[in-house]
Formats: sequence, structure tokens, C-alpha cells
Amino acid sequence: MDQALKEHINQALQKGYRLDGRKLDEFRELKIETGVSSTAEGSARITCGATDIIVGVKIDVGKPYSDRPDSGTLMVNAELRPTSNPDFEIGPPSIDSIEASRVIDRGIRESKSIDEKSLCIEAGEKVWMVNVDVCPLNHDGNLIDLGGLAGMAALKSARFPKLVDGQPDYHEHTKEGLKLSCVPIPVTVVKIGDNLLVDPTFAEEKAADARLTVASLEGGELCSMQKGGNATLTSEELNKMIDLALKTAKTLRKKLG
Amino acid sequence: MTEAKEQSKLLVKDHDVVVPGEVLAEGMEYLPSQGTYRKDDRIYANQTGLLIVEGKVLKTIPLAGVYLPKRHDVIIGKVIDILMTGWRLDTNSPYSAVLPLKDATFDYIKKGADLTSFFDLDEYVVCKIFQVTSQNLVDVSMKGPGLRKLKGGRILKVNAAKVPRIIGKRGSMVSMIKQATSCQLTVGQNGLVWLNGEPEQELLAVESIRKIEVEAHVPGLTDRMKQWLEKKTGKKIEMKPDEEFPEDRRPRHDGPRGPRRDGPRGPRRDGPRGPRRDGPRGPRRTGPRR
Repeated sequence: MDQALKEHINQALQKGYRLDGRKLDEFRELKIETGVSSTAEGSARITCGATDIIVGVKIDVGKPYSDRPDSGTLMVNAELRPTSNPDFEIGPPSIDSIEASRVIDRGIRESKSIDEKSLCIEAGEKVWMVNVDVCPLNHDGNLIDLGGLAGMAALKSARFPKLVDGQPDYHEHTKEGLKLSCVPIPVTVVKIGDNLLVDPTFAEEKAADARLTVASLEGGELCSMQKGGNATLTSEELNKMIDLALKTAKTLRKKLG
Repeated sequence: MTEAKEQSKLLVKDHDVVVPGEVLAEGMEYLPSQGTYRKDDRIYANQTGLLIVEGKVLKTIPLAGVYLPKRHDVIIGKVIDILMTGWRLDTNSPYSAVLPLKDATFDYIKKGADLTSFFDLDEYVVCKIFQVTSQNLVDVSMKGPGLRKLKGGRILKVNAAKVPRIIGKRGSMVSMIKQATSCQLTVGQNGLVWLNGEPEQELLAVESIRKIEVEAHVPGLTDRMKQWLEKKTGKKIEMKPDEEFPEDRRPRHDGPRGPRRDGPRGPRRDGPRGPRRDGPRGPRRTGPRR
């Protein structure tokens, strides 16, 4: 990390400014669009500042895991391509991309939003497999929140393909969508010095000492949390971060509609 | 010649936006310059940009595009590698530059010294390109007025094609932003801008640079920016050249960019130079120099 930039961000924060002029708890301008891909069962594109992410949902038929023969599966994958940020390299998934996909996955999974039992077609033989692919076109920070938000938008818009002889026919979609019992929204709060802020840009992410991602539901119930970064958090800070995340999730929920 | 004169015809107007392949003029009387070329008796554009008609010379000023290293340009480079005998810099262009030891500092550097104590990885420096070979090997120097290591602050990326407007005539635009915001400001020809000041003032400086970028092609920019900055800050702003831009370092808008042309050239503008490097060369700067 460019140490000078980190110091500069810190100095500005001490005077109450972010480098792009936002308030600490302010999100960048957000736009969500669904149905952007005709070949996916559900899709969404989210733009937030310079960050631009496409999420696609593929619904496939496959064999269930042997320990859960009557449950369908949910899988989230994040693909960080070099075209989205010069810091990324081609090759096997990086730690960042694995972490992003797992944190988004955990939010959706632990909220029990998708009833995996309802995805069963024939116990032990055939189940629906839901794959969520998060693909940043341009990565300027906050991949987890925006990927998770776009993921939920894409899941909401997803329609099952028609089942012909036990195989999906992707040319024809039914009107039936995924049954989502709730909408978890992840919000990441980063700690830089003594300041807590939401929606970090890429530079702010790199300057962050610690971060906490909180996925929550409409009533303020927490579904999952993930802490990252090297710095420690006091319990007081943790509570502040959760409060900030819940407050931000409320405004994001309105955008999701 | 009289016959050619009668046939010559300009097909576009001054300050038109032209696209590559567009026929600009017919006949032999008009002359192609930067961003235009002649094929048979027609002149075509090969860049998207604003067409400038200067007498009989046609050239385009590109609206966008990557920076290509050019001799005498003052740029902002980022250290990306420490070599045996110097530093490799990223120039925000397809070609990286080398800053050799002898051109890096006036200090005495001991044999085997730790080069990172002078310039470390990821640090930014203001430097001047003193050579671009036909193979696009770029050499830069830090010996000169205003050339230095940048400490603190932040780097802003701007459209390299708009840099001349951000600098203004003899640095007048830079000078206005400096007066209005009291920020330290250095603009590199390669589209990197270094900015350091109070956070609130920095935001104003960023805003004004973005405004210049957007409105670069609209005439009367300097006056408009002056009024805008005066309104924003409530300060009286004087229009004057910037001390960092003496007449001879004024950015040139003309001449081809990129590698040196082949063929005869006019007299060299700079003083004596090191040994010419046109002959066959060994591996480049991979081992210690003997």
C-alpha cells in the first residue's frame, strides 16, 4: 500500500473529511438495474460511484450432497478480473475474491432467505442448484456490500427455467421465482485510525485498519458478521459499527425496493 | 501551382470535431500535421478530435487518449522497481521510464548504497524526460528546477489530452487554482496531478480540475474559471503566470508526440549529451556498470 496516501487519508479524516468529500456515513450515488442479462435466470447491475458490478443467477439441476439429500444448493462466486482493477491478476481466485464470495454467501445462507428444502425435485437424485456469480466490471471498493445488494436484486428477479424430462430448458422460463422469505443486506464498516466509515473506496479499503461486515434483516436482526484487517476492535467500537451498519442497511433497503 | 490552388478545397470548418478517416481537404495546397495525413491529393484525420486550421496547416487536438512519452516533458512518475543502477518508473503510459543514478540526485551515492533510501517503491517523483529512443525506451532525469520527490498529498489521474488546459498559458490556470485553494499543485504532462493542502481546499481543487477537464474545449475557459473560483472562495484572484512555468518550459501543443521521427532534424535544443546510443547495445541495465 502506498503509505503516503494512507497517511493523507488519515490526516483528512482527522479533520472530518474523506478524500471525495463525503460524510463518514454517506454512501455514494447508487443505481440498481435488474434483468440486464437475457441468458441468466436472474441478473442485476449495480453502479455506485466508480464501482460497477454485474451479478448473474444461474439455476441448474444437479445431484444433492449425500448428507442432505433433500436440499438444493446455493453457491456464490466472485470473479475479480484484471480489467476491473489493475491490482488484480489473472489465475486462480485470490484471497480477496474468496473472502468476498464467502461473506456474501454467508449473509444469504444464514438469513435462511432461501428455503433449500423447497429446491428439491427428487430427494437424493435431483435438486435445483442456485449459482450467484458476482462480476465487477470496475472495482472501486466496497465489493461485498454492492455484490450482496446486487445479488439479492438478481435473486429476487430470478425465474426458474422450464423442466423437461428432468432437465432444465433454458429457452423457456416459468413465471415461478425463488421464494425469498427475507432480504439480508450486508454493510461493511471500516475503521481508519479512530474513524468509522461506510462504503469505502478502493483507496480507503487499502488504508483501512479493520473492517466489519454485518448482514442484517428488515427488523434489524443480524444474520452474519465478518471481521477483517489487522487492527483490534473494542466492544464499544463493535457496537458502534453494528449500529452504523444497521442504519445504513435501512437506506439501502429502500433502494432495493 | 495555380491549378492546384483552384482545386484545393477545405471540407470542414475550424474547430469542427473530426473522426478518423474523415476527409478534411482536397487538393495539394493544404498541409497535414499532427493527427492528420495525406493520401493522394486528400488529407484525412487519423484521430478523433478538434480540428485546428492554422493557415494552410491542418491538425487535430485529440479529445482523449493515452499519454505517450515525449522529450522535454515534465512528468510525475511512480517508482515500480529498484534496478542495479537506478529506478524504474511508471509513467502512466505504455512505456516505463528509467531514472539512472547519475541523473537522480546531486548527492554522492556510495557504492552499494541502499537505493530505497533515496526513492522507495510506490513513491512519486517529478522528473523530466531527456530521451525517448526509437524503441520507446524512456530516460528521465531529476536534475532541474522543480524536479523533486513528492511527499504526502494525493495523486489525481486526469485525461492526458487535457493537461495543457489544466496548466493554462504559462501555468496561469495552475496559478489560479493555487491562489484560490492555497494547495500545493504539480501537473505532470502524463496526466498525473499531485495535490497537497487542507482537505476542504483539496476538494475545491479537485472540483476545479474536473471542471476544466469537462469544459476544456469550450472557448473562454480561463475567464470562466477565474469567475467561478472567485465566486467559490470569495477571494480576488489575479491572473498571472506560474513561477514553475518559465517561458521555455511552456507546454507545446504542436509537433508529433511519441518516438522520435526518422530523418533529418533541426539543431538540438539541449546542450551536450552523453554517448549516442544508436548502435548495437548489450542487455539493458541488468548488471553493474563497469
